[in-house]
Amino acid sequence: MSNVSLRLAWRNLWRHKRRTWLTVGAMIFSNSLLVFSISLQFGSYEMMIDNTLQAFSGHIQLQHEQYLDDPKMRHNLPNIVTTAKRLRNELKLENIGARAAGFALASSRDRSYGIQILGVEPLYESRISSIPGLIKEGQFLQQDSYDEIVIGSILARNLKITIGDELTFIGSGLDNSFAAGVVRVVGIFESGIADLDRSMAEVSLAYFDDSFAMRGKGHSIAIRANNIEAVTNLQIRIEALVDNQNHLAVRHWEELQPGLKQAIQADMTSAWFMYIVLIILVAFSVLNTQLMSVLERTREFGTMMALGLKPSNLSRLVVVETSLMAGLGLLLGIAVGFVITWYLSIVGFYYPGMEEMAVKFNLPDRMYPEVSLISLTLGPGIVAFGSLVASIYPATRLYRLLPIEAMRAV
Amino acid sequence: MKGIGTINLPFRAMLVLSWRNLWRNHRRTMIMLAAISVGVWAMIFMTALMRGMVDDMLRQGIQNLPGHIQIHHPDFRNDPSIVNSIDAPSGDLLNALNDPSTKAWSTRIKVPAIIASERETRGINLLGIEPEAETIISGIGGQIIEGRFLLDRHDKGLVIGAKLAERLETRLGKRVVVISQDPENNIAERGFKVVGIYKAKMPGLEEFNVYAALGTLQTLLKIGNQISEITIVDDDFRDIEVLYQNIKQATPENLEIKAWYELDAYLKYMLNMMDGFVLVWVIIIFLALSFGLVNTLVMAVFERVREIGLIQALGMRPGMIVYQILLESLLLLLIGLGIGNLLAIITVKPLESGLDISIVAEGLAMMGASSMLYPSLTASDMILANTVVIILGILTSILPAWRAAKLDPVQAINST
Repeated sequence: MSNVSLRLAWRNLWRHKRRTWLTVGAMIFSNSLLVFSISLQFGSYEMMIDNTLQAFSGHIQLQHEQYLDDPKMRHNLPNIVTTAKRLRNELKLENIGARAAGFALASSRDRSYGIQILGVEPLYESRISSIPGLIKEGQFLQQDSYDEIVIGSILARNLKITIGDELTFIGSGLDNSFAAGVVRVVGIFESGIADLDRSMAEVSLAYFDDSFAMRGKGHSIAIRANNIEAVTNLQIRIEALVDNQNHLAVRHWEELQPGLKQAIQADMTSAWFMYIVLIILVAFSVLNTQLMSVLERTREFGTMMALGLKPSNLSRLVVVETSLMAGLGLLLGIAVGFVITWYLSIVGFYYPGMEEMAVKFNLPDRMYPEVSLISLTLGPGIVAFGSLVASIYPATRLYRLLPIEAMRAV
Repeated sequence: MKGIGTINLPFRAMLVLSWRNLWRNHRRTMIMLAAISVGVWAMIFMTALMRGMVDDMLRQGIQNLPGHIQIHHPDFRNDPSIVNSIDAPSGDLLNALNDPSTKAWSTRIKVPAIIASERETRGINLLGIEPEAETIISGIGGQIIEGRFLLDRHDKGLVIGAKLAERLETRLGKRVVVISQDPENNIAERGFKVVGIYKAKMPGLEEFNVYAALGTLQTLLKIGNQISEITIVDDDFRDIEVLYQNIKQATPENLEIKAWYELDAYLKYMLNMMDGFVLVWVIIIFLALSFGLVNTLVMAVFERVREIGLIQALGMRPGMIVYQILLESLLLLLIGLGIGNLLAIITVKPLESGLDISIVAEGLAMMGASSMLYPSLTASDMILANTVVIILGILTSILPAWRAAKLDPVQAINST
């Protein structure tokens, strides 16, 4: 039956050329729109995640279990440098670095600001965070840096200091002693993330340890996985390696940056609402077309039934017709969507005034949709499925057809 | 032929004809109506949600600035230091501010500072405020969850956020030390008693903004009657141009005056983006609908080819045929719009008391929105959606209608 009914279905489809093309047109329109916007979504989410995590937090952090909710000096991990070294050896991954963080009042000759001082391992920090690579003036800390500091560009402007100037800081150490020091500014970074540029400074972990009386303790070990897909696996391996340590938690980036995940979720939800509406509208279009095509063929179907075809054969014919139509819409929709999206993934997509939005979410000022198998097929696939669902009603109507009456129908 | 002439039916007759034609194939009409209704509902519903969210972001953003218009020392926004203070308003500016057309205005001190409890130290944004006016402008007075708000401009207390209290491990009634600097670059510090704790809709602010009375800080910072900024609010943030120009006229040359949309480019962008979004969304939905609409009309014409040929032969002019098809399309659109609008109103109204979306609260905070969504059904958005559907709907119907009118009567009558 297959060959004949396929040909029959195909010919039936073109009995009303204009109607079929209009319905397929609705599919092509929705499909290419879906391909474009899903690709754009994926592209921008990935960029948002990468840029935000690379800036500072990394993909995974080892912390004291209370540090995430309550980032205080006393929620620390012992022997942070050796733990980091052990992880680097065992995981055969170099993108791992120990950090300690404290709060201090930083003063230049004529200004004072409260800042976050971070002690980092200069050699490994550049493998985790993008800050060392975003030095605008001067250079990043060296392995043997001691009383040297790297500060954000807004902080430098507010403190009115530049490379080579001295900066005094006062804070309190781990033992509640006075932590104070005079450091020389060797580098100024500009991350574009206002919070970091305004209030963050980095010194070497060794210097931080001495100034804040840490005695080998630290607050986090930041880890950057080779790619985002590897994170969950890596987290499991790390948990296995450190599970004998008390009060230690291995944090996934979703815990470190809950806002990021939720911003994506919120955006996803509203986007899917729109997609579903589009899909429903296409389904209505298909329903209308197929119902019309069934109703106008009542006589013909009656004759076919009189000749011995069963209602199931006829309804299969309707489903095959719909499938052909949906397939046509799917292929052409993907093709049109692909061409548009692929073009924009090369030249970039821009709409006026986007910069402000982009800055807020750590995105570049042009968006590059990401064409992938999923982004190409997901939307159109659902549209095709929705079309088939829409053909159920017209197809089942055939079971109620009585041959004699049908043949008499006008 | 003279005896017969051309037929011009009155509008009522055309209406009845179109209406009956519409229901000749009631299934098709119902499906099309369902599609239009769902489309229109989605247009308005989604727009109301987005509008509500963006309005909330704007209101929050403006409250955080705070105010619709601000006046500063020209260097203050780049270098928010006590050095860049200005004199309290006087003369023309004071008169303009006190004009009844200004809803409220206030002077504030805003300086970076350090706050220290017995256990912890934090960097903060220290605000010296006039309690009464500040409550109108930033709403902070209404967000106190424990203790009280500042009473007057010489109150000796300090109001901090709940999150900051937690970070500092301090609570109501405890003393904290606030450290900043005076214009001579000397350390200015003072112990304050925490008299009130507030909870902000944006968690980030709670950790950052600390409120003290204006007079108390002026004494502490040794700046006499000077202030950091003047903030002014109008009735509606969308409509501030008149006030803005009036105050601008009265502002001395050596001060910088900016409206909210100049102070925060992101807010301005959000407002523009929202208007753009509504239009794009409405048009996309319409386009998805238009295929079905054209299809329905094409079918309606196709089934009636003989009939159209006949009435043409009887003398109905092509114009009347176009008119009749368009009237059919218009009726279809109007009923669909009616149902769609009604559905939208029914679904949005119960949500207007607020939709709790706190599962994604931190993500929304990143965008600058709070975790309650108050959908906002505005007349202008509804008018836009309805107008677009009617106008574009009629335009897309012209083609099938025109094709029907062009049929050759003789061939049409003979077609099967």
